Amino acid sequence: MLGLWRKIRRTGRIAEPAPPAPGDRVEAAAGLGGSVQIRHVDAGSCNGCEVEIGSAFGPVHDAERYGARLVASPRHADALLVTGVVTRNMAEPLRRTFEAVPAPKLVVAVGDCARDCGVFAGAYGVVGPVSDVVPVDLEIAGCPPRPEAIVEGLRKLTGR
Amino acid sequence: MTLLGLIGGVIQPVLIVGGAPLLVGVLRQVRARLEGRVGPGVLQPWRDLRKLVGKEAITPRGTSELFRVAPLVLVATTLVVAVVAPFVTTASAADPVADLFAVVALLALGTAVLALAAIDTGTAFGGMGASREMTILALVEPTLLVAIFALSVPVGSTSLAAIVSSTLNDPARVVSPVSLLAAVALVVVIVAETGRLPVDNPATHLELTMVHEAMTLEYAGPDLALVELASAMRLTVFLGLFANLFAPWGIATSAAPLALLVGVLALVVKIAVLGALLAAAEVFLAKLRLFRVPELLAGSFLLSLLAVSASFFLA
Amino acid sequence: MNLAASSFGAAVSIGALTAIIGALATARSRSTLVGIGTATTGVAALLAGGAALTGESFSLAAPGLLPLSGVSLTLDALGALFVAVTGGVAVACGVYGVSYARHGLDSRLVQAVFPLFVVAMLLVPVASSVGTLLVFWELMALTSLLLVLAEHRRRPAVASAARWYAVMTHLGFVTILSGLLVFAAHAPGDDFAALREAEVSPSVAALVFLLTLAGFASKAGILPLHAWLPRAHPEAPSHVSALMSAAMVNLGVYGIVRVGFDLLGGGPRWWWLLVLALGAVSAVYGILQAAMSTDLKRLLGFSTTENLGLVLIGVGAAGLFAAFGDRVLSGLALAAALLHVLNHAAFKSLLFLAAGSVLHATGTRDLDELGGLRAGMPVTTAAFGWGALAASALPPGTAFVSEWLLLQALIHGLPADGGADAIVMPVAVAAVALTAGLAVATFVKAFGVGFLAKPRGEAAARAHESPPTMLAGMGLAGLACAVLALAPTLVLPAVGAASGVALGGEASAVTGTVTIRLAGVAGSLSPLMITLGLLVAAVVSLGVLRAVAARRARRTARLWDCGGGPLSARMEYTATSFAEPLQRVFDDVLAPEQDVDVDHFEESRYLVRAVAYRRAVPDRVERRLYQPVLAAVAAWGRAGTRLATGSVHRYLGYGFYTLCGLLILLAVTR
Ligand code: SF4
Repeated sequence: MLGLWRKIRRTGRIAEPAPPAPGDRVEAAAGLGGSVQIRHVDAGSCNGCEVEIGSAFGPVHDAERYGARLVASPRHADALLVTGVVTRNMAEPLRRTFEAVPAPKLVVAVGDCARDCGVFAGAYGVVGPVSDVVPVDLEIAGCPPRPEAIVEGLRKLTGR
Repeated sequence: MTLLGLIGGVIQPVLIVGGAPLLVGVLRQVRARLEGRVGPGVLQPWRDLRKLVGKEAITPRGTSELFRVAPLVLVATTLVVAVVAPFVTTASAADPVADLFAVVALLALGTAVLALAAIDTGTAFGGMGASREMTILALVEPTLLVAIFALSVPVGSTSLAAIVSSTLNDPARVVSPVSLLAAVALVVVIVAETGRLPVDNPATHLELTMVHEAMTLEYAGPDLALVELASAMRLTVFLGLFANLFAPWGIATSAAPLALLVGVLALVVKIAVLGALLAAAEVFLAKLRLFRVPELLAGSFLLSLLAVSASFFLA
Repeated sequence: MNLAASSFGAAVSIGALTAIIGALATARSRSTLVGIGTATTGVAALLAGGAALTGESFSLAAPGLLPLSGVSLTLDALGALFVAVTGGVAVACGVYGVSYARHGLDSRLVQAVFPLFVVAMLLVPVASSVGTLLVFWELMALTSLLLVLAEHRRRPAVASAARWYAVMTHLGFVTILSGLLVFAAHAPGDDFAALREAEVSPSVAALVFLLTLAGFASKAGILPLHAWLPRAHPEAPSHVSALMSAAMVNLGVYGIVRVGFDLLGGGPRWWWLLVLALGAVSAVYGILQAAMSTDLKRLLGFSTTENLGLVLIGVGAAGLFAAFGDRVLSGLALAAALLHVLNHAAFKSLLFLAAGSVLHATGTRDLDELGGLRAGMPVTTAAFGWGALAASALPPGTAFVSEWLLLQALIHGLPADGGADAIVMPVAVAAVALTAGLAVATFVKAFGVGFLAKPRGEAAARAHESPPTMLAGMGLAGLACAVLALAPTLVLPAVGAASGVALGGEASAVTGTVTIRLAGVAGSLSPLMITLGLLVAAVVSLGVLRAVAARRARRTARLWDCGGGPLSARMEYTATSFAEPLQRVFDDVLAPEQDVDVDHFEESRYLVRAVAYRRAVPDRVERRLYQPVLAAVAAWGRAGTRLATGSVHRYLGYGFYTLCGLLILLAVTR
C-alpha cells in the first residue's frame, strides 16, 4: 500500500499535454455538449484496434479528459465505436446495437477494416465495411489507428 | 415549524441536487489524478446529465409502468431524505416526520424499487443485479440499524437533529469508543450501499461483475439521467449524514444568513473531503469477489454490535 | 345490552346461521350465501370489537350451557382487539370466498365449517373461563383442520399436511389444557376472575406459563413448534390460509398475553427473556426460510412465523420492562406488538388472497413457473405489490410503522436497567434489523419474480384476472393496509387500550393525530407526511424533468439482449437463482442440499449429455428436532409389534399379568 502510494507520488502526471483541438466538429454531435458516452462494438476485428482504443483511454492519452467515456450498455451510449470488418455473425448484432442506442446517435468506424474491410477485403464470412450495415458518421483511418488518431476522432465528437 | 427549518428544507435539497453530480465529478477527478491522468473535470457529470436529459427516452418492450416510475421513486426518496435530515441546519422543518430509521427505510425503498424495475425487464443481467443488490441490502440493513442504535443510546432518541445537536453540545463524544466503532461500521455500510469499491465497481463494463450497474442497463436518456442523479444524490446524502453524525461542526443552529452560509460551506467542505478520501482509498482497493462481500459486511455488523455494547457499558 | 354485546351476539348468531345455510343451501347459491354471511359476521364482529375498544364491555355467564364448567364470556379491550382483527379478516375472506369457493370448495361440509371456524375464532378471545376457552380452542382447531383438508382429493400433500397439523395442534391443546388445569387447581374457581385472584407459588406459575406458552406458541407458528405452519397454510384453500395466517395465529399471541400478563400478572424476567428469544429466533429463521422458498404460499407461511416472531419480541420486551417496573416502555413494547398483530393481519390476508387469485388463474404456486402476471392480472399484481410493500417494512407500508415502534421500544430500553438487558436489547434489535433486511429481499423476490418480467411457464402466460368479488376481497384487505399505514394514529388508542388491559394501566403509550409521538420517551414519526413528501417529491422531479427534457417521443425498443438472439424466459432469473447469493451467505444456517448429476457421452467425459441439478433447502430445525422423535416413535411402534403376535392366549396372558402386577402394587403401597 505504501509502495503504491510512493509510486503514485513518484510518477505524478503521465498524461501527455493535450494537442490543439481539431477544428472540424462532427455536426451531428453538436447537441451533446461535451459529453459523449461510447459503446464499443467489435464487429470482427483482429483486436489490434482494441489495444489501441485501450491505450487511447489509458493514462498517457487520457481520452476521458475530453469528455468521452466508455459505457457498458448501448442504452447509455451516444456513439458506437465499431472496430473490424463486419462479419456475418456480427452484422445482425451490430444492427441491433445501433437500434438500441437512444437518438441522437453516432457511429464511429475505427480502423481500416471498419472503413473499407482493409486486409480482410473479400474474405470468407465478411459482410462488408461498417457503413454497409449502419450509417457511419466518422471514420478513423489506420491499421491499427494510432491512439492519437483515435483521441483526435473522439475530440471531433466532444468538441473539447 | 421554524423559519430556520423552512429555509433548511429548501436549501438542503437544492444544495444536494446541485452538488451531487459535482461530488461524483470530484471523485472521478481525484481518481484520475492519482492514476496520472488529467480527468474530465468536476463538471463532467453535469454535462453528462444535461446531455442525457436531451436524449430520447426508451421503453424496452415487455416492461411495465414500474420500470418507468422507478427512477422517479428513487429520486423522490432521496429528496425526502434531503429535506428531513440535518445537513445544513439542525432544525429541520420536518424533524418529527422522520427519524434515522425512517431515513434508512426510505433509502432502502429506493433500492428495492430499482431492483424491482430491473427484474421487470426480464433480462438475465437485470435479475442478476437485483438479486445481488438485495443480498447486499439484506446484510447492510442490520449493520445500519444497529449502528443507529449505538448512536442513539447516549442521546436517548433516534431523531437525527437530536443526535447532531447533542454531539455539538458534547464534542468529546465523537472520540468515544462507541462513536469510533459505529463510524467504522458505517463506513463499510456506506461503501456497500452506494456501490463503491471494494463491494461494487462503479466503472466496470463487465456485466458479470456488476451489482448496481446491472440494474440500470436498460435505462436510457432522461430515465437514465434520473437514475444517475439519484445514485449521486444517495452518495451525497450518505456522506453528508456520516459527516454530520460524527463531525457536525459548522451546521447552522440559527436562521441568521451568516450561520446558514457557514452551514452550507461546512457541508460542502465536509462532503468534498470525505468524497476525496473515498476516491483516494478506492485507488488502493480491488473489487472483492461477490461471495467475500458478506464477510466484510458481517465484520461491520460485529463492529456495530460492539458499539452498542460499548454504548451501554460506558454509559 | 350495549352495542358491544348486541353486535357480538349478532356476529355469533349470524355465523351459526350461515353455517346452517351452508349445510342446507343448494349447490349453486351456497358459496354466495356463505360468503355474504361470513362477511356479515365479520362486520358485526368488527363493530363489537370497535365498541369494546372504545370502552364498552360485557360479560355473560351461562352455567348450564356446557357440562362441567358452563360458558362464561367477557369482552374486554384486549379480547376486543382480537375479535376486531378476526372480524376484519373474515369480511375480506368472506367476500373473496363468494366466487373463490365456486371452484371445488363448495361442498356442504366446507361451506358449513367455514363460518363456524370464524365463529370459533371470535369466541376464543371472549372466553373468560378455563373450560370455555378450552372448548372454543378445540372447536377452532377442529374446524380449521376440516378446512385444511378441503382439497385432499386434489393433492396428496394435503393429507400429510393435515396430519401434521392435527397432531401438533392437539399436542398444543394438551399442553394448554394441562397448564390451565394446573392453574385452575390452585385457584378458587376456573373462571378468569378467580384465576387473577389466585395466589400461586412461583414454581406453579412457571409451570403454568411454560405449558401454556408451548401450546400458544405452537399455534402462533413459533419455533421450534412451527412445523405444521409451512405445511398447513400452503395446502389450505387460500381464503382459509388467509384466515389462519392473519387471524388464527394471532390467538396464540392472545393466549400468551392473556395468561402471562393478565392472569399470572407478569412474571420473573426469565419468562419474558424466553419469549423474546423464541421470538427473535423465529423471526430470523422464518424470514430466512421464506427467502429461500419458491412456493409462493409456503413463503407467505414462513413469513407468518417471522412476523409472529416479531410480535413475540415485542411481547417479551414488554414483559421484561414490566418486570423491571418500567410502565412506559412496557406499554410501548406491547402496543408495538399488538399493532404489529393488526398490521400483519391486514397485509397477510391481502397477500394470501392475492396468492389465491394467482393459484386460481394459473394453478401453480411455484414462483419458478410464474412471472409476467402483471399483463394478465393487473389488479392482483397491484394487490400483491401493495401487500409486499407492507410486508417488507418499508415506508409507506404498514409493517414499517409497527416495526418502527418496536425498535423504539427496544432502543429506549437500554440505559434504564442493568444486567442482561445490555446483551438482550442489542441482540433483539439486531434480530429485528436482520429480519427487516431479509424481508425486503424476500418480498422483492416474491413480487418481482412472481408478477413482473416475462412468464416462465405456459400457465402464467395464460393467466387471466379473477372475478370481481375476489378482487373486492383483496380490495378490502388492501384498504385496511392503506389505513393502517397512513393513519396508524386512528387505531393506536385502541391498541393502547388493549395493552392497558394486559398491563393493568390506562395511559396510552402513543399520542398524536398525524404524527405519532411516543409518550414518555422521545420519538416521533409521521407516515402520512412521509408519503405525502414522497408524492410531492416525485411530482416535482417529474415536473422539472418534463420542463428541461427534450420533447422527443418515447420510443419502444426491443430489450437489450447484447445483440444476440431474443431473450427467452428461460434466461430470466428465477426465484431459486434470485435467492442463491443469500443461500450461500447463510449456508451454515440453512444447510441446503445440492445435487449435480452430469451425464457424459460414452466417447469422452467432456461431452456432456445432460446435467441434472437439484437443490432443496430443508427445514433444518424440523429435521434435527422432529426426525429423531418421529424415528423413536416408529422404533417403539416396531418394537411393539413383537408383543402383538396374534395369539389370543398371549393377549389374555398380558391381561392376567397386568392385573396381578396392579394387585401387587396395591398391596405393597397400601
Ligand atoms: S484495422 Fe488493422 S488492427 Fe484494426 S482490426 Fe483491422 S486489421 Fe486489426
